[in-house]
Amino acid sequence: MSNYAHIDEHRDDEGAKIGMWLFIFTELLLFGGLFIVYSVYRYINPEAFHLAAEELDTFTGTVNTVILLVSSMTIAMSISSIQYKNKKLTLILMGLTILLAAVFMVNKYFEWSGKISHGIYPGSPTLMEASQGEILFFGLYYAMTGLHALHIIIGVAFIAYVMRLVVKNEVQHDNFTILENSGLYWHLVDLIWIFLFPLFYLIT
Amino acid sequence: MSDTVIQNHEPNYLEYKGRYKGIFAWIFSTDHKRIGLLYLYSMLVLFSVAAILGLLMKIELIAPGKTIMDAQTYNSFFTLHGITMIFLIVVPGLPAVFGNFFLPLMIGAKDVAFPKLNLLSWWIYILGAAVALSSQFFGDGPPDTGWTFYAPYSFRTGTNMLPAVTGAFILGFSSIATGINFIVTIHRMRAPGMTWMKMPLFPWALYSTSWIQVLATPIVGVTLLMIVLERTMQIGFFDPALGGDPILYQHLFWIYSHPAVYIMILPAMGVISEIIPTFARKTIFGYKAIVVSTLAIAFVGYFVWGHHMFTSGMSGTALYTFSILTFLVAIPSAIKIFNWVATLHKASIDIQTPFLWALCFLFVFMIGGLSGMVLGALSANVHLHDTAFVVAHFHFIVFGGTGYAFFGALHYWYPKMFGRMYDKGWANIGLAVFFTGFNTLYLPMFYLGMIGMPRRYYDYVEEFHGPNIVSSFGAMLMISGLVIIITNLVRSARKGEIAEADPWKGKTLEWTTASPPTLENFDEIPIVTKLPYDYE
Repeated sequence: MSNYAHIDEHRDDEGAKIGMWLFIFTELLLFGGLFIVYSVYRYINPEAFHLAAEELDTFTGTVNTVILLVSSMTIAMSISSIQYKNKKLTLILMGLTILLAAVFMVNKYFEWSGKISHGIYPGSPTLMEASQGEILFFGLYYAMTGLHALHIIIGVAFIAYVMRLVVKNEVQHDNFTILENSGLYWHLVDLIWIFLFPLFYLIT
Repeated sequence: MSDTVIQNHEPNYLEYKGRYKGIFAWIFSTDHKRIGLLYLYSMLVLFSVAAILGLLMKIELIAPGKTIMDAQTYNSFFTLHGITMIFLIVVPGLPAVFGNFFLPLMIGAKDVAFPKLNLLSWWIYILGAAVALSSQFFGDGPPDTGWTFYAPYSFRTGTNMLPAVTGAFILGFSSIATGINFIVTIHRMRAPGMTWMKMPLFPWALYSTSWIQVLATPIVGVTLLMIVLERTMQIGFFDPALGGDPILYQHLFWIYSHPAVYIMILPAMGVISEIIPTFARKTIFGYKAIVVSTLAIAFVGYFVWGHHMFTSGMSGTALYTFSILTFLVAIPSAIKIFNWVATLHKASIDIQTPFLWALCFLFVFMIGGLSGMVLGALSANVHLHDTAFVVAHFHFIVFGGTGYAFFGALHYWYPKMFGRMYDKGWANIGLAVFFTGFNTLYLPMFYLGMIGMPRRYYDYVEEFHGPNIVSSFGAMLMISGLVIIITNLVRSARKGEIAEADPWKGKTLEWTTASPPTLENFDEIPIVTKLPYDYE
């Protein structure tokens, strides 16, 4: 057991990872609440949800899905490369992850601003004239993709912070739990998108 | 460090001088004991405010019609009383104060797994409290929805809901951080030899509680977030005018808030499971049964939320299911009661203040629990829903259960926390006054509810006058008792007699270290070979 390890400096990699997994559970449940709301309203308004979903651009959604999947791969590769003691490659892969996240956000920006310029946003006069199901669909669309985008920003900040630690050699081949944890968080962000994408873009 | 001479010169955690001075040595401390006390002091201040609000409401109800406040003030008083008591005191209460202070001590660890996260959770708590309370001071008047923020009123009312809901949302993060911290601490940092089945019952209770905190809090978090979006952006989730469903709000709210009741009561049961064997000088009866029923309450507690909504409109099947599950959750609680009573059988009991608190807990908790059964029955619930009966019931559970355990824990662990003993005579007098006042206050409300007095009304018809006078008198008596208790404790922190390391002859690990404990808790990490309550 590791009970003697924390007499001087407490370090428990296993414990840190358990903590991260628990936090990820809470994030899943946070989105879980919204998924429940989505399924209830989809059940009540199947027709309107179908019509509203056709307004969304499947192409942009697919591109963003590919971008996030690739970024998940690059962050996973950075965890391998730190174990091979390749600091430079680690930093390049982490930087690539952040870059891909930025591209995702730019796409999102154009998608949202396109919708808003068509007058589709919560409380807009155009939307208020639409059916109740469509109001709910777009309300959920903005709330869920918005909350997801917020998680992208948090994930980027987390990865950027760990990059700084890699630069300062505080994260190395024998001490990289925080990098693994930032990777876990990034996979969570990816995973949630994997569910959001079919729910809003594909099921029509 | 094993040298006893050196050991005596180790500064205790209250005297220890770290990097910061004065108040900063406390508010920037990552020591779990100091963080526990930070929570204690914050909560005592907030509790005093919320208790005075309760007293003022009771004074308003002493006679029909307007007595000291108008209807809108009364509405904002019960809202603020509820938000403060639930989100700021009873939900975080026992885990944040006594869990923080005693979990590491009881499992033989030097601190919790993530000390910085622990300090952060206190800061988030203070931030959440500040945001929630700011709703009182600006905008269009204090919130008036009650602590449940029911839709659609919560986004239709002109009052200052936004800070109150946002504050409750922020407080969720504090709760989650504490929960994650405790789960990891219990998994990773138990002293050598302390297997799961040798762990004392208070840590077991904290373990179950932490899982509920982690798994239930995010749901209420996102639900409150939806209320925020509803108010700011007209998003329509719970607004019938836009196609939303207000009943869905109630479901999402109670999916968290019913398990939250077990966040409140499980650590309280853990405290009672510590106090009773110590003063009975006897191993606790049915240790494993208590552990299993603790986990069972945490599990079954997830599936009973619907009993808050029997009159809201649900299918018959849902009603029956929630009712039967509600009855089932009473079984593990009853198992514990029987185990505690069986522990007292043929014991050589040392009657001290903490033990008296535990006895009073058993008395009021049974009344609270049995009246809960009345409310869990469908037919009775339709009659009693939203009456004073419900208010009496949950005050017997939440105040009678958690509150009594909180004060019991404070009197039990006080000598360990401060190294001094309070005046036992005054402590007992305070308890007697408080206990009498408590029952005088809440028992008449059962009767009032049965004859039809609704909750949350500032006015009533003449028939309800008599019991209301008794109840309001009880409130004044109870507050006097609280004043005696708190004054005695505050005074004794400086002037009390010096306490020994183990004044109650307890057997769990926290009693093996100095009073107050040193910064590192133990000079050497203890090695556990015996069961926790070994009095043989």
